Amino acid sequence: MGLFNLFKKKQKNELTRKYELGMKKTRVGLMGKLKAILSGHDQIDEDLFDDLTDAFIMADIGVETTLDFIDALKEDERVKGITNALELQPIIVDKMFELYLKGEIVNNNFNIQKDGLSVFLFVGVNGVGKTTTIAKIAYRLKKEGKKILLAAGDTFRAGAVDQLEVWANRVGVDIVIKKGATDPSSVIFEAVQKAKKEHYDILLCDTAGRLQNKVNLMKELEKMNRVIAREVENAPHETLLIIDATTGQNGLSQAEAFMEVTNITGVILTKLDGTSKGGIVLAIRDKYNIPIKMIGLGEKMEDLEYFDLEEYIGGLFIGDDE
Amino acid sequence: MPFENLSEKIQYTLRKLTGRGKVNEKDIEDAMREIRVSLLEADVNYKIVKEFISEVKVLALGEKVMKSLTPGDQVVKIVYDELVKLMGDEAVPINLKKAGTSVVLVVGLQGSGKTTHVGKLANYLRKNNKLKPLLIAADIYRPAAINQLVTIGKQLDIEVFQLGTSVKPQEIVKKGLEYAKEKSFNLVLIDTAGRLAIDEALMQELVEIKALSNPDEILLTVDAMTGQDAVNVAQTFHDKLNITGCLLTKLDSDTRGGAALSIRYMTKIPIKFIGLGEKMDELDVFHPDRMAKRILGMGDVLTFIEKAQESFDEEVAMKMAEKMQAGRFTYNDFLDQIKRIKKMGSLKGLLSLIPGIGSKIRNLDIDEKRFTYIEAIIGSMTKEERNNPDLITKSHSRKSRIANGSGRSYQEINNLTKQFEQMRIQMKAVMGMDESQMEKVSKGQAPMPAMQASKPKKGKGKNKGGFRF
Repeated sequence: MGLFNLFKKKQKNELTRKYELGMKKTRVGLMGKLKAILSGHDQIDEDLFDDLTDAFIMADIGVETTLDFIDALKEDERVKGITNALELQPIIVDKMFELYLKGEIVNNNFNIQKDGLSVFLFVGVNGVGKTTTIAKIAYRLKKEGKKILLAAGDTFRAGAVDQLEVWANRVGVDIVIKKGATDPSSVIFEAVQKAKKEHYDILLCDTAGRLQNKVNLMKELEKMNRVIAREVENAPHETLLIIDATTGQNGLSQAEAFMEVTNITGVILTKLDGTSKGGIVLAIRDKYNIPIKMIGLGEKMEDLEYFDLEEYIGGLFIGDDE
Repeated sequence: MPFENLSEKIQYTLRKLTGRGKVNEKDIEDAMREIRVSLLEADVNYKIVKEFISEVKVLALGEKVMKSLTPGDQVVKIVYDELVKLMGDEAVPINLKKAGTSVVLVVGLQGSGKTTHVGKLANYLRKNNKLKPLLIAADIYRPAAINQLVTIGKQLDIEVFQLGTSVKPQEIVKKGLEYAKEKSFNLVLIDTAGRLAIDEALMQELVEIKALSNPDEILLTVDAMTGQDAVNVAQTFHDKLNITGCLLTKLDSDTRGGAALSIRYMTKIPIKFIGLGEKMDELDVFHPDRMAKRILGMGDVLTFIEKAQESFDEEVAMKMAEKMQAGRFTYNDFLDQIKRIKKMGSLKGLLSLIPGIGSKIRNLDIDEKRFTYIEAIIGSMTKEERNNPDLITKSHSRKSRIANGSGRSYQEINNLTKQFEQMRIQMKAVMGMDESQMEKVSKGQAPMPAMQASKPKKGKGKNKGGFRF
């Protein structure tokens, strides 16, 4: 399992604990289920594959991705050579790694310019946690010594600007607010000018939540993206799609639609501290090749971690061993 | 994807057999596989899917389907009927006191839409139940949550009771209820902080709020895009609080909303309301039959008709018809109609309710702003011009002036006037038809005086067929 070593991290213990905290609260994780399923079958047959399918579906891994995965598993040479169901476990884990990596080395570091301004744009449907995530990232990057500016680009939702402002104060970073503004692009434009003039390292742009099937709102986003691209070379350097871990199959439609109007560079999976697994991000990676960059594990500004595939799959698989 | 909805898939699977006479068990098996995948893609809980399939299969293997000339129709009907049955046959109304102050407690996960829906519900109940609502802002955790509720209250002209973020939510609710009594509000809606169902401390807070407010209705807001975990979440909240109803939010998205079925079936909590947008009037009562159609991808005609009825009053419609018939349809009438259509909600939202269109308009480019543009153009016309459209058609200088005034291009003004003229001619033609002519048209024996299809829009390729009136 050479693949595993790619993901070994130094501070692994602390991270594992956080994932476990998040996942353990559920008591019944996929691993518990997986083991139970495997040990509940004497032989490798259709029944077993059906049960495995259910377990994947339950974690919200996409239906198509799951069905393809199970089909590929059945055809796998290694599977053909074994008779004991429990021997399937490492093969399944290995194949999940392949599903995500696709033979590439996935880099989930942020694309931050060495010199000059980096602009990050945050997009997603309503209520996924965009504003909170921006606060968390601002906190983390500030700790790394960067000079951060926030742009309050959600001019639509009542209280959204205030919410980001409270966070800016808590984290101790600057923010651009345009009172009474209705066109978010103008806020973004102003923030970009300020960031350039006053030599900020990173500009984090908040946007209003928008359902991906609302044409006008998606066009508005396209415009914001255009403004950024026009004002800063090669920007936005990151366009991050925020996905709520409770999201089901609709996550695929979200990824597809947001990709049409912006150049999505990564997914941030939020609310993973609940009982939901957010498996749809695996399908998003599988279908659209978008990597997962970070995960949100709570409401505090420290509750954000870089995505680690081994930990995530481990998290999906954690469960009571009994 | 050749088939975007389940009913089409089932039809296709079983239509392949036409000509062979009978359906056999293997065919039904194939249809069941389609149903299974489709329900899973709609986020229906996998356990329910399993049970559902085995039930439907028994019914489908019955004589009626096997001998039917239209087995596809039969199976679709069985699936539809079973879905409706699972979701509870009819709409369940909200619990309110007949007299005295009713209390509605709204709870849910973070980001599920509680604050917005507290506003929508207050607005809805004020209008439909003639109640005087007070909103209590008990979310002291999320930054600016109180501001959000206060802003919504202002928009709706509904009072919001708040004590800032340094007072415990229990205390805020207690004081708020006293205030409601004092000022004789007869409906109190409590907005609470979003929380994970497994957060013991915060769940305890809700238990205490429930105990001291004794709510008539405890509504759980659930995001319609929720996946398999919907049941878990609902059940955990239910165990602690005895939820009396569910409010399914963000149904204006393109989700199929299988979570509704999962929650209703596994927890028995009735779905009472659905949220259909960010505007304060975009709330509706939940109808199981319509939801079943949505999960099947069959559209929602009834909601469409109801929306239309709400926005069009008959008298106005009659007057309009008279005008059309006489060819006296003016720009003022046109403007009036646009306003009515806008009142019904977003065009795309409306179109998606029509069966057969739902899946097709997902990629259709409907520019809702076009209405606004037309309004701007008509707004730049003089009174005289609006009442006498011919004035513009012939005058280059008038068109230029209108273009300048409305900020739209000359070309656009030209297009609009052309379309408007054609519309007037067609209206007159349709209105002037006698019954026998109408019948021919409706039977497809004679062509409908077709609405002018304008040039396809440029850009983005794809077959978008740009929307026109």
